[in-house]
Amino acid sequence: MLEAMPHRAAIWNFVFGRLTYHSFPFLNPDTEGRILLVTFFVVFIVGLAILGAVTRARKWGYLWREWFTSVDHKKLGIMYMILGTVMLLRGFSDAIMMRAQQAYAFGPHMGYLPPDHYDQIFSAHGSIMIFFVGMTYIVGLMNYVMPLQIGSRDVAFPFLNNLSFWFTFGGAIMFMVSLFLGDFSMAGWLGYPPVSELQQGPGVDYYIWGLQLSGVGTLLTGINFVVTILKMRAPGMTLMKMPVFTWTTLCTSGLIIAIFPVLTATLFLLALDRYVGTHFFTAGFGGNLMMYINLIWVWGHPEVYVLILPLFGVYSEIVPTFSGKPLFAYSSMVYATVAIMILSYLVWLHHFFTMGSGADVNSFFSLTTMMISIPTGVKIFNWLFTMYRGRVRFTVPMLWTMGFLFTFTIGGMTGVMLSVAPADFLLHNSLFLVAHFHNVIIGGVVFGVFAGVNYWFPKAFGFKLDEFWGKATFWFWLVGFWVAFGPLYILGLMGVTRRLSHFDDPSLQIWFVIAAVGAFLIALGILSFIIQIYVSIRRRREYAVGHDPWDGRTLEWSTSSPPPDYNYAFIPIVHARDAWADMKAHGYERPREGFNAIHMPKNTASGVLIGALAFGCAFGLVWYIWWLAVASLVGVIAVAIAHTFNYHRDYHIPEDEVRQSERSGNWQQAQGANA
Amino acid sequence: MSTTAIDAAGTTPPEFYCREEAPPRNGTLLGFWIYLMSDCFIFASLFACNAVLGNQYAGGPTGAEVLDLPGLALNTALLLVSSVVFGFAMLEMARRRKGAMLGWLALAGVLAAAFVGLEIHEFLGMIAEGAGPGRSAFLSSFFTLVATHGLHVTLGVLWLIVLMVQSIRFGLNEDNVRRLRCLSMFWHFLDLVWVGVFSYVYLIGVLR
Repeated sequence: MLEAMPHRAAIWNFVFGRLTYHSFPFLNPDTEGRILLVTFFVVFIVGLAILGAVTRARKWGYLWREWFTSVDHKKLGIMYMILGTVMLLRGFSDAIMMRAQQAYAFGPHMGYLPPDHYDQIFSAHGSIMIFFVGMTYIVGLMNYVMPLQIGSRDVAFPFLNNLSFWFTFGGAIMFMVSLFLGDFSMAGWLGYPPVSELQQGPGVDYYIWGLQLSGVGTLLTGINFVVTILKMRAPGMTLMKMPVFTWTTLCTSGLIIAIFPVLTATLFLLALDRYVGTHFFTAGFGGNLMMYINLIWVWGHPEVYVLILPLFGVYSEIVPTFSGKPLFAYSSMVYATVAIMILSYLVWLHHFFTMGSGADVNSFFSLTTMMISIPTGVKIFNWLFTMYRGRVRFTVPMLWTMGFLFTFTIGGMTGVMLSVAPADFLLHNSLFLVAHFHNVIIGGVVFGVFAGVNYWFPKAFGFKLDEFWGKATFWFWLVGFWVAFGPLYILGLMGVTRRLSHFDDPSLQIWFVIAAVGAFLIALGILSFIIQIYVSIRRRREYAVGHDPWDGRTLEWSTSSPPPDYNYAFIPIVHARDAWADMKAHGYERPREGFNAIHMPKNTASGVLIGALAFGCAFGLVWYIWWLAVASLVGVIAVAIAHTFNYHRDYHIPEDEVRQSERSGNWQQAQGANA
Repeated sequence: MSTTAIDAAGTTPPEFYCREEAPPRNGTLLGFWIYLMSDCFIFASLFACNAVLGNQYAGGPTGAEVLDLPGLALNTALLLVSSVVFGFAMLEMARRRKGAMLGWLALAGVLAAAFVGLEIHEFLGMIAEGAGPGRSAFLSSFFTLVATHGLHVTLGVLWLIVLMVQSIRFGLNEDNVRRLRCLSMFWHFLDLVWVGVFSYVYLIGVLR
């Protein structure tokens, strides 16, 4: 049910809901308040500096016209990657605070974080890393690369693509606002009841409405990508000639469509329990909190495959390119991807074998879980056999791939250990589990994102990323990961449970100190990544490359770097897998005459407006500012309807402009191929 | 392997690009159909909640006590007839008879609005009897599932009005025909969901 409103004149409660002076935690005189105050000042100053720099450079008009209102999948992809990186910094700050607390809070030392603050930190860390780092990064990569790989000019619904971004952005802002206004959920990254039902204040509501916003964005993206892949492939590109990254995008998008509505429904029911007083997940009145656990994992388990599948696609592009030969057993790679997509829907109960559903049910889910390791193993061997007898170039993307093969395989094996139900009764909720899922998510998703960024960056910007700092990033992350999470495996086997802010047994401390050192190494890895970007931008002339710097095999390397707005002056015709390698083998010459006018979608401000209004609605709901929530919701519907009254959403790029842009584009032969 | 498949000696190199621009392909109908399938999962979650919680009365009223079957029969008839009427509108659209189409659409909209009105009336009656959504888990799941369907119908009516205005102002152009086809799918989809609601939530709800 709704909580009581603050005691003050009714008009203030109408205008501000439950928002009061005390809602600003950084004004509290305790440690937590001081930490937040410092954070607030840093964020405030950095934010002011960025806003000031943009204003000084008079770039607001440019940003609005060319980026915020853009429906170009390439620009949206880049905006997703930037958002993901900002959120990675936020999520990682939470991580390093937890590692510092656990390395220190033993016996008489209580650490610097009180339990209620610590609980908010691990909840925020988990949900940010999954929803706003992992999801944002993979959607960014898919957005940028997939339409190029299928030889298309854009996605099927360019406006929806822009709208999806602004929904995701609104969700991310909700999470950021919770840092300085009110508190955050203490119920873990999945918001388990009864904690999520009983926690007072706006924390859980931030969590619910932030995720609802980003969830809508993700669902629309999934639909968009499936239709794009099914309808807009270049002529000749049959399904079994699609690049593997496009295949994994298709499977991931299919999964998104099948699971994100479940998340929306589940969080909606949790919100009803909190706002209206229904009894879905309450302990009394017939409610059943295990219903929540089941529903959230029906979403949650396929979700981890949503995250990893596109990165399997990334590795499947990188390994053939840098081994100089086609992917080994393409069909088995495709079938393995589809098998994982289907099986991932049949394993959710392994997250709570301890529910007590009996040996028969547990055995079923135990078996399906073990079965997933079969197609995954197939993939590992495909990559290894592609490298076997290949002329392997040890570039930065390839280093990440090999780091992934080593790290992810071990993470997969500890996953099979956890899938044995009787063993899980001992390991459930232990640090062993924490080490396992970080092992697969860092070793699989994060490594893959870095591999993909290093691989496609020259395509997106026309210059390569610095090799030295790229390698530094890789080694700091790889070593840092094992130093940080190796001890957690050991602690987990000793029976230490997760989410504790204080320990009594001093013999455990050394392991937490080692883990903290690992987190520090990862921090150096993130710093190296930022330096890598900075150094590369500074030396962009020196690092400039042509359209095909890696001697690539798929279509995206056949257009200039960066690609023009319309991607391809002429839509390619595909005759074989690895279409671009096939074209090069036939001595393909780029056409220089005979250009046509090109039909393209226009930019629109509707996406930004709807996103901002949806954020207003969510903010109003969190703080019980009902007028804001209702007005924003009406606004969302009104803008959406007004948008449909615009029937002129496209234009033609004239032939001359296409010719100009094809002449001035960045075209060179693969000079970097042997670098 | 794949790169050498068409390397047969002596053949001319194949065409690698389209010289002419192909007409743009539109995926809206497929996309909308996929959206409906995703909506199925929302309803599936709510049905699952009703299956698990539907007999958790917590000492409150049971389905047999609060569910109004004669009202349900009328309601169901309204929605099913509305769907048939929408089908007539689509037939008229195919014959390019805008006036007749608008007439059938208006009738479909009125029937659906009456459905929503009756549903709200039923809800208010139940709440007045003390059988509101906060009374028990059974009632929570009942209200949420039926109201989610009702909300869909309401948004459908709003969408219908917008499309009628647009058809009147801009005629049956390509965009409007496509939009009406989407709404038609939405309309029939909601009918299908309602068949599930009345047979599972109401009929079985009264029996268990």
